[in-house]
Amino acid sequence: MSQVTGPPASPAPMRPVMHRVVRRRQDLDDTVTLWLEPIAEAVGLAAAGQFNMLWAFGIGEAPISLAGSDDGLLVHTVRAVGAVTIALCSASEGTEIGVRGPFGTGWGQAEAEGRDVVVVAGGLGLAPVRPLVMDILSRRDRFGRTSLLVGARSPDTLLYHDELTRLAADGSIEVDITVDTAPPSWPGHVGVVTNLINGAADLSPEAAAFVCGPEVMMRFTARALIDQGLAPEAIAVSLERNMHCAIGHCGHCQLGSTFICKHGPVLPWPRVEPLIAVRER
Amino acid sequence: MMSIADLLAESPFFVGLPSVSLDLLAGCGRNVHFSAGDRILSEGESADEFFVLRHGRVALEIDSPRQGPLVIETLRPGEIVGVSWLLPPYRWTLDARALDDCRAISLDARCLRAKCDDDHDLGYELFKRFAGLIRSRLQATRLQLIDLYRAGAS
Repeated sequence: MSQVTGPPASPAPMRPVMHRVVRRRQDLDDTVTLWLEPIAEAVGLAAAGQFNMLWAFGIGEAPISLAGSDDGLLVHTVRAVGAVTIALCSASEGTEIGVRGPFGTGWGQAEAEGRDVVVVAGGLGLAPVRPLVMDILSRRDRFGRTSLLVGARSPDTLLYHDELTRLAADGSIEVDITVDTAPPSWPGHVGVVTNLINGAADLSPEAAAFVCGPEVMMRFTARALIDQGLAPEAIAVSLERNMHCAIGHCGHCQLGSTFICKHGPVLPWPRVEPLIAVRER
Repeated sequence: MMSIADLLAESPFFVGLPSVSLDLLAGCGRNVHFSAGDRILSEGESADEFFVLRHGRVALEIDSPRQGPLVIETLRPGEIVGVSWLLPPYRWTLDARALDDCRAISLDARCLRAKCDDDHDLGYELFKRFAGLIRSRLQATRLQLIDLYRAGAS
């Protein structure tokens, strides 16, 4: 599947556009979802799969995938793993945050219309696929059987738990969740997310797959999908790298000749496989 | 009413197995039922049978002194419950508990091991399939061990 570039970035892509946090939700101990409202001007409309650079003023900026758009508000889910993301997660309602973007490629789900779709997300990888799933739901009749397969470390680290529960109950798409370990009280599946793929014996070989999560998880997921008969080029994955400029100039996120910020983050699996096969030293 | 051989043929694990082999397996099989919460296997006990799950889910558990029982994996219809019957000392290394009302085919391990000793083609075919199953469960355990989803793991 060839990825689709979203709308062009701002004519001044290095200038942050001021936004204000209008809603904050603590999703997990270390993960927060922020709703950002433009203060004067807005950044371009992002396609599902694209990312913005979020500025915590005085500290720095970090690339954060779009987790949704909600009545003109940008929705971003952030995990506190470094100085910038810790600051972003600490932002209370009213805090001003700079936004640059949108950048990179989207999921390109239009190419999947008329086919079955399988979306596989692990951990925080659920955030970048959320707008993809929302888009499919908004045009449900244009897609075939659609499955959302979700993996998490444990039940208490499952992102968007309530939303997933509603989605599963709604039945518009199939939702299958697994966690790596769980106490006996957990009613769902336990095991790695690839088990859900291996268990999907009726997965159509014509299906389109969208995968987002830790790199190791994506590697094994892509292989499991191919083992189930999917064509490698029908699998799109979203890579996470250390984006700085986000416009393909600085090279911080470069893998071979590929700038993840510009040519990605969503890339077809045949292009990604040789890139991530190179071992980091 | 479907025969045991017909029911075995429905499991993806036995796909492609010739009917003569399915009939041999079926000769060691019987239908069993477990209610939700029933203990199916207990760690340390003799591995005298294994199960082909037809309906319901089964949790494989390990008891941890500090954390209590931890679910390692859940199995779904079509999957195999129990591999320790295959090799000495024929002792379960995990607990298995029915999460739902379950229907399964129980295969008598002594009966099947004797048939594998008599019919090496059958034995080789079964060992290949179980080796694949053990490999995939080992791989899954490795992925669980590296704790994929911890912060910064990617």
